[in-house]
Amino acid sequence: MTLTAIDKQLLASVADLHEIPIGAYNIRKDGEGVARQSTANIQILPKTDPNQPGIDIIVKPGTKNESVHIPVIITRTGMHDLVYNTFDIGENADVLVVAGCGIHNAGCDSSQHDGIHEILVRRGARLRYVEKHYGEGPGEGQRILNPQTILKIEEGAVAELELVQIKGVDSTRRITRAEIHDRGSLRMVEKLLTHGQQTAESVMEIFLIGKGANAQIIARSVAQDNSRQDFRASLIGQNYCRGHVECDSIIMDQAKIAASPQLRAEHIEAELTHEAAIGKIAGDQLIKLMTLGLTEKEAIDTILNGFLS
Amino acid sequence: MLELRSVSLTLGNGNGGSKEVLSQIDLTLEEGKFYAVTGPNGGGKTSLAKVIMGIYQPTAGRIYYKGEDITDLSITERSRRGITYAFQQPPRFKGVRVRDLLSIAANNSLNEKDYHCLLHDVGLCPEDYLNREIDSSLSGGEMKRIEIASLLARPAEVFIFDEPEAGVDLWTLRQLVMMIIERHHQRHITTVTITHNERFLSVADEVLLLAEGQIKERGKRDKVWPLIKDDIACQWRQRCGGEASDPDCYR
Repeated sequence: MTLTAIDKQLLASVADLHEIPIGAYNIRKDGEGVARQSTANIQILPKTDPNQPGIDIIVKPGTKNESVHIPVIITRTGMHDLVYNTFDIGENADVLVVAGCGIHNAGCDSSQHDGIHEILVRRGARLRYVEKHYGEGPGEGQRILNPQTILKIEEGAVAELELVQIKGVDSTRRITRAEIHDRGSLRMVEKLLTHGQQTAESVMEIFLIGKGANAQIIARSVAQDNSRQDFRASLIGQNYCRGHVECDSIIMDQAKIAASPQLRAEHIEAELTHEAAIGKIAGDQLIKLMTLGLTEKEAIDTILNGFLS
Repeated sequence: MLELRSVSLTLGNGNGGSKEVLSQIDLTLEEGKFYAVTGPNGGGKTSLAKVIMGIYQPTAGRIYYKGEDITDLSITERSRRGITYAFQQPPRFKGVRVRDLLSIAANNSLNEKDYHCLLHDVGLCPEDYLNREIDSSLSGGEMKRIEIASLLARPAEVFIFDEPEAGVDLWTLRQLVMMIIERHHQRHITTVTITHNERFLSVADEVLLLAEGQIKERGKRDKVWPLIKDDIACQWRQRCGGEASDPDCYR
């Protein structure tokens, strides 16, 4: 496999990859798998159904401290890539999955990647899942990313998701749906920065089905220029469970943000809470950093980097 | 070192009106001296500090630093020339760690040992605090100590502390006060402390009594203290509810 300089930059941005990764990986470029490696414990298999292109990632029960990298890069303008990936994390496994998509669009047509991820975290397993989205390129063409993540967290399993979109994605519509069973736990952190004319929409539906299920959803976002964000997160408590959703946004320039955390309790022992806050950068914060020698722009960058770190 | 010539400041009062909070202040601060600025609430102490730092632009008058007219310089430019200011109520930053703030303050020149010393000096255990975020999980007293640590990290020559003692618990107050005084002597800096704390007033080379936007009196502590003693005690009682059985105020 040969990677161009653009490929390498995209891979570094979305998966912190500078070389071919250690462990299992699958690199998809412009709609095709260009490199793939399974390991003794982690199998990556292409799907056989031609109507559902993508891969199955199967982690053997009890696999510990292994990682899977499955970055997607798009460098062709006008490309519309649709992929279905299915993860099966075996019982009592403990693994890290690094997904993510980088688009370099140098042309006038839209480049789009719609990733549909179904993730099953089996009993007692632990999954850390990191997904970064990034767009770049001098073209006028839109860079569009519409990820869907559908999670099932079995008994006593733990999933920690970190979803990040910091730069260059013109339009995103993100759907996350999770079912959490007995004593299962989900912690999800979503970080988003939009600028220019970008739009971002994130819809989450988290079902706390099992006894002792636990969910913590944290969304932090920054909206700059004329960008728009719409964040809707629902927690549905159907058993003795605990859930908390928090949306915290910094608004700048002429941006518009809507944040709607929603709670739905369908069980007397469901304990659900939410917090939402939208505000601009406080003058005192800027002044404080300026008294320490930063310029106003450096102070803004420091505040935003911290907020989204 | 630092000179204010006929500096006046008028601020809006929020009701469409305005108020002169500093009135024709003439003041020269000499290199290496420790100044304590005291006086009643609303007397103009914080405004004076903010005018020096560039947070407020004076309505009239000029400010000189080492002979240079800095009246029109920004906060950043003044900071880079060697002036720094500790807030009375420091702001919080979600996601920015104590380590990050200290590093910015020190122009990224700190090694691991420096971080530890800075926090240790303000009575915070470095292991517990260095990687903490400066957010609402920190108490007012902790914020205050981190603020002071951030100033001590700064390679500045004029340090302005705005009521460093306020909000700090009694147990560590003495240590904090001593540390600011010690640093002053060690580093041969110019220190301006807005304070009601008697220890600061005692060690100050000069105490300035600021009231109604004017310097009403200046001199050693013994000259100024009798003028403000009752006033300060009275305000403290108002704040704490004025219980007659209260022990003496810590100031």
